[in-house]
Amino acid sequence: MTCSEFLKELTDYLDGVIDTPTRAELDEHLHWCHNCFVVLSTTKMTIQVYRDSQLYDLPEDLRSRLRSAIVSKCAAKKKKKT
Amino acid sequence: MPTLPIQSKGTDTVSEELALVQAAQKGDVSAFEQLVKRYDRSVFRIAQHITRNQEDAEDVVQEAFLKSYEKLDQFQEQSKFYTWLVRIAVNEALMKLRRRRTSKTVSLDEGVQTEEDSMPREVADWAPNPEQLYDRSEMKEILSKTIQGLPTSFRTVFVLRDVEGLSTEETAQALDLSVPAVKSRLLRARLQLRERLNKYFKKKKGGDEQP
Repeated sequence: MTCSEFLKELTDYLDGVIDTPTRAELDEHLHWCHNCFVVLSTTKMTIQVYRDSQLYDLPEDLRSRLRSAIVSKCAAKKKKKT
Repeated sequence: MPTLPIQSKGTDTVSEELALVQAAQKGDVSAFEQLVKRYDRSVFRIAQHITRNQEDAEDVVQEAFLKSYEKLDQFQEQSKFYTWLVRIAVNEALMKLRRRRTSKTVSLDEGVQTEEDSMPREVADWAPNPEQLYDRSEMKEILSKTIQGLPTSFRTVFVLRDVEGLSTEETAQALDLSVPAVKSRLLRARLQLRERLNKYFKKKKGGDEQP
């Protein structure tokens, strides 16, 4: 297996949706290819830092303001319909 | 190597959600409010990632929920309400982006043909806990700046799949893309983000891990 073949399978490998023989080939490649090992581990870390980042959390005050606006507009639409 | 878990909602949550949708379809606004409470944070994150603007993201949250309320009778029960809602929110967010960038087209094909491809240019190991290298606000700024540099199509797929935890199939459904198209964009998004984060997180020579 070459490094570009490894890269093609990286997403399925990371997501754990890969068949056993392909997984074995990828594991074998990782044993001797340090570059692919590093690409794999840093890609994993990339996903994890974004997952844990709480980037763009909705502040509570804004959240309740938005919700009130949505609910009152929905109630108005309901009234219109009936 | 352990694999990253794909988040999925349990059967109870799905049937509970369906009951709320059915009540809302019959005009129960408080049931719809429960759905808003359940998904507003997530819709806001997705909208802000796509529009890169808080005011626009706020508008998208309102418009997406209102539109979904109006179109509830068109909701097909074989798909999840959340996936259906995300689809509406993504379209609203793309429309906002188009309005802001009147001279450029914005679509989920943007950037797909570019040659900044996936082949890693720099392979350097990272510090073991990169999030400890910076304080919270610096870290948020780095992550925000980095992801905002990705083409819209890659950014959107990455956010739905890796941040919000939709499955590949749900992401494809929400974005009206094929599963192979989602996988290809996801791979390129992950690798491009990794490449761009290198300069912040890579180990310094001589054992000093601080940047």
